[in-house]
This record gives sequence, C-alpha cells and structure tokens, in this order.
Amino acid sequence: MTKVFIPRDAAALSMGADAVAKAIAAEAKKRKKNIELVRNGSRGMLFLEPLVEVETEGGRVAYGPVSAADVADLFKADFLAGGKHKLFHGLTEEIPYFKKQERLTFARCGIIDPLSIEEYRAHGGFEGLSKALAMDPGDIVAEVTTSGLRGRGGAGFPTGIKWKTVLDTEAEQKYICCNADEGDSGTFADRMLMEGDPFCLIEGTIIAGIAVGATKGYIYIRSEYPHAVATFREAIRVLTEANWLGRTIQGSAYDFELFVRVGAGAYICGEETSMLDSLEGKRGLVRYKPPLPAIEGLFGKPTVINNVLSLASVPIIIAKGGEYYRDFGVGKSRGTLAFQLAGNIKQGGLVEKAFGVTARELIEDFGGGTLSGRPVRAVQFGGPLGAYLPESKLDTQMDYEAFIKEEAMVGHGGVVVFDDTVDMAKQARFAMEFCVIESCGKCTPCRIGSVRGVEVIDRIIANENRAENIELLKDLCVTMTDGSLCAMGGLTPMPVMSALNHFPDDFNRPARAEAAE
Amino acid sequence: MSRPTTPKVAVAAPPGSEEKARAICEAHGGRPDELLEIFHAVQAELGFVPEQTLPVIADALNLTRAEVYGVLSFYHDFRSAPAGRHIVKMCRAEACQAMHTEEVCRHAEQRLGTRFGETSPDGEFTLQAVYCLGNCALSPAMMIDGDLFGCVDKKRFDAIIADLDKEAAA
Repeated sequence: MTKVFIPRDAAALSMGADAVAKAIAAEAKKRKKNIELVRNGSRGMLFLEPLVEVETEGGRVAYGPVSAADVADLFKADFLAGGKHKLFHGLTEEIPYFKKQERLTFARCGIIDPLSIEEYRAHGGFEGLSKALAMDPGDIVAEVTTSGLRGRGGAGFPTGIKWKTVLDTEAEQKYICCNADEGDSGTFADRMLMEGDPFCLIEGTIIAGIAVGATKGYIYIRSEYPHAVATFREAIRVLTEANWLGRTIQGSAYDFELFVRVGAGAYICGEETSMLDSLEGKRGLVRYKPPLPAIEGLFGKPTVINNVLSLASVPIIIAKGGEYYRDFGVGKSRGTLAFQLAGNIKQGGLVEKAFGVTARELIEDFGGGTLSGRPVRAVQFGGPLGAYLPESKLDTQMDYEAFIKEEAMVGHGGVVVFDDTVDMAKQARFAMEFCVIESCGKCTPCRIGSVRGVEVIDRIIANENRAENIELLKDLCVTMTDGSLCAMGGLTPMPVMSALNHFPDDFNRPARAEAAE
Repeated sequence: MSRPTTPKVAVAAPPGSEEKARAICEAHGGRPDELLEIFHAVQAELGFVPEQTLPVIADALNLTRAEVYGVLSFYHDFRSAPAGRHIVKMCRAEACQAMHTEEVCRHAEQRLGTRFGETSPDGEFTLQAVYCLGNCALSPAMMIDGDLFGCVDKKRFDAIIADLDKEAAA
C-alpha cells in the first residue's frame, strides 16, 4: 500500500486538488495499484499546489503543481515509486523553500492527516497539554512569559502578561476567545493552520484555559473560510469524543468546552472588542478601553483574547520550554513568525522563520521576485492597515521594533508584493475607501475621516489645489491616528502616509480622465 | 460593496418563513448571543433573511425589533432579498489588486451581465465584492457558492463559469 498525500487545504482546492485526488484514485483502480489517499494540510508551498506527495523508502517525494490532466502521465512515470517526471521536485523536505524554514508552530502542518489523533500524537501532539495538566497554572503562565511570545494577530502584546492579568482576576467564569477573523489581505496563515493542524490550536486553547482558570472557549472564524469552519468543527467533535475536550480531560480535574462562532463578513470584528460584541450576538462595535477584556471581556467576564497563531504556538512552548522558543528571533521579537508571501510573487506561500530575516530574503530568495517578472516597486507589510515600503527598504529586518522605526509594522506577517505597474495614489485611496466600507461607525475620526480621506485623495489625483489638499490629507491623517477608538481608523493613515512619503511622484501626475472613477 | 439595505417594497417571504425562523431560534435555545448563528441558519434555509422573520426572532430571543434589525444590517453577509442561483464573490483586496483583480472584476460584470452588489436579470448570478478570501498567494481569488478558486484571470474566469453552465445543463 503506497501512501499518497493530496492536500485538503482551501488554497490547494482552489487549484483543483479534489479533481486531482479523484483522478489519482480512478487511475490507481484502473491500473490495480493499491494506494492510500491521505488528505493532508498544505506544506505552505502554495505556488506548487496541488502538491502531491508519495511516501517512498527514502522519504516523501513531491510532484507539483499537478493538474488532473497530468495524472495518467504521472502513473506512466511510475510516480508511486518516486519516478522522475517534469513535475518532480525530489524529497519534499529537501526543497530549499521548505528546508530553509524554521517550523515550530507549523511543524506538523502538511505532514499529518489533520484529523488523526494518532498521527498528531506521533508528531509530538499533546505533549504540551499533557505537561500542562500536571503543572501549576502560574508556572504555565511563567513559561509563556519566558518564551517572549507576543500577540501574533499583529498588535504584538506580550501573551504572558495578558494571561497573568486574567489569572489574577477572580471570577466564577472566565473565557478564552480565539480570534480567527483573519481579514487582512495578504494573510492566510490562520486558515492554513486551522485546516492543516486544528488540534494544535485546540491544544493551545485548552492550555490557555488551564493557565488562567477558564473552562469555556470560543473561536470566532470568519465566514469567508468555510473549509476552515468545517475542519474545525470536525476537529472539536473528534477531540470531544476522545476526551481531550469536555469534562475531566484525560481523567484530570480540568474541564474545557470549545465553541465555534462564524463571523458574517465584517472586517472590524477582527478587532478584539468588536469581536466580543459580535460573539455576544450584537453589532460588531468597538468597545472603549478600559475596562480591558482581560478584566471585563466576553459577557463581562475576564477573557483571554488571542490570535490563532499565538495560541497555536503555546503547545511547543510548554512541551519544549519557554527558553527553547525564546532562543529563536532577535531583540524583543522572540520565536518565529509565519510570513505569508502574497500578491505579485512568483513563489507565494507560507514561510515560517525566526524574526530577523530580511524582507529581501523573503521576497527574493523564497519568493523568487514578482510573478510578472517586472521589478518590485512597493510591498505592503502587515495587512491593509500596514505601510507600503519601497524596494530600497527591503533590507529591513523583519522584527517588530525595526519596522516601527520605518513607520511600518510587521503585523500578522503578511507580505504583499506589487510590481512597477502599481499606482500608489490609487492604493492610498483604496486604504481610505476600505475604512469607509469597514468602519464600525462608533467614532467620528474613523467613520467620517475616511470618507473625507477618499474625497481629498480624489482631489489630489484630479490635481485640484494639489499642494493644499496634500496638507489637508496629512492633517486628516493625524486626526485619525490620534483620535480613533481602535486600530481601524488609527492605522488607516499608515498605508496612506507611507504611500505619500515614499512615492510622492504618484500623487503628482497630470490629472487623468479616469482618475475620479 | 454596499451593505444590505431594507428593500423599499417588502420582499415576499417564502411560505412558512416565520415558523422556520421560530424553530431555528428554539434550536439555538433562544439565546440572544447566538443571533449571528441564527441569521446564518435562516439564510441557509430560506436563501435570505426575510423582513417578516425579524419580529419572530426578536420575540424568541427577547430582544427589540430594532436590535435584531441593527445586527442584521451591520453584517455584509446577510441579505434581505433573495440572491441569484450562484453567488460569485470576487476578491478586491490588496493582494488580488497586485495581480490586477480590477480587470477581472470588470470582465466579470460584463460576462455575468450584472454589476457588483446586484443580481443578473436572469437570476443566475449575484456578484459580490469581498475583501480577502485567504488565498493571497494565488491571487486573484474568487469564491462561487463556497468553492474557492485561485489565479483567476479572465480566461480562467470564463472557463469556471462555462463549467457551471455545463453542470446546469447536465
């Protein structure tokens, strides 16, 4: 029986993985070859999806990108024995894109069957939780603090400190809320993990519950991710059946229940307090702080709100110790980040590396430059609220502090590449427009400021009183930055101002007829 | 791109809408915090959230109609009127912009015979803009009725739509 792996990851499916799986099963039957199809997660080399792997004596070998039309040919080349073919890439783990990574959080993603407890355990799964079940809650929090883990959703707040606040706040009920509302363009790491290794996220969430004394958890997944929702619901079912969730987990004194909640297309619900309101069945309006959610969060109770990758990094931190994790990275940015190479890029995908890698290494060495083959002109880091940096800044080290120095942010690790056809005035306009569409409407700088922002940029593009309107735009950006309730209005100026500062020529072109479109 | 709005002329609710909405609320234990889940379920069952169900939902959850309508109108996903037979969501966010999604979007409007936020006159397609489908390494991305597609240029767009037509004919 030969094991053949074909990802069930949504990105792989988007390139026809199901059709490939069907074709391989049919062709194997026809040729009377005995195969076992495993629908794994993605390895993250998305430019090779659908990436078909075959287990051979020497290890797993890769073929990709495979289409259903290639299947008969692959059989002819005896791919089930690792035969050579034009789509052959050799041993998967020797592909430089994969080999050069430091996979901690994504160690199992793409390797195992995402819903097999047996495979999960065979690859180190539940080591962290098994340890945590026997630890003092305070020691778990201390271990996370030692690791230097910071919020992977983008804000970068130290996870250990957040947990300590919830641990120290007394209440009869506390909650863990996992923010899986991954709405930033250029990011897909949360989705990949939820589809490729959901148990890892659940394990981290249970550990968080034990650490702070919470017995209930919610995961808020965006509705744009139907595959992740389905996989995650199934993962909860499997683990509940095996008593890794529910009452007296594995015979311990701990209970933990986990519920899935599906968003409804509002970007703002990725903001933590807006997510809480949405979880309570309300309009996703941002809340004032204080009170901090750690003290008065979901249903008014102390709540840990963490991003998917923050929680998914916890199992390895507890299993191997905070120091092991801390020893990756630079300065105050410890551990690894899942960088997501996106947009106009030849080899897009997920690259988990220790902080400190440069943007250029990611884009050129891993990404292979633009897909169009044209020069890189601008790169947006950290999602729609992050800065656009010019090619000349690509030697910046990827860590939280180095990016702040460039008036930019690492955020959730999204790297969106644009070639030289990009019009940065248009991109600045879009940043404001996006804020118009997605503002929750609670505070004026964001709700009204963004509308005025679009208008002002339109006048700049149309060359109406250009110099005065550029001054007005800068002034508006200061108001939005300083006066908005949350990061939506507060950071929208970041892409706008970075476009204006780094690409002033684009705001100084002769007016075109279609500019006001 | 536009948020759902209350239709000027009340849209007829499918028969039994109120009863179904009530049953869904009961299945969710009448919990007001499950309102989004309830709307998702109503929309899955009826194709949209008819205005006529709002008083029923408000009553079952012990909320005001204003609160229920406020939640419905806040979220882009919920519709107050039926959609076309296929819902085509095109990503117009930055990563897809970098791969010229706007050209594909213009092409989609022509090919499907409808503008964004609207349904084609033959009722076949509702075209929607979305901001990120999490397929940013394989931009431009598109989702049709829950199926995700990557690297969607104009040619591939036409091929995918042609496949839908073929399925319909079969």
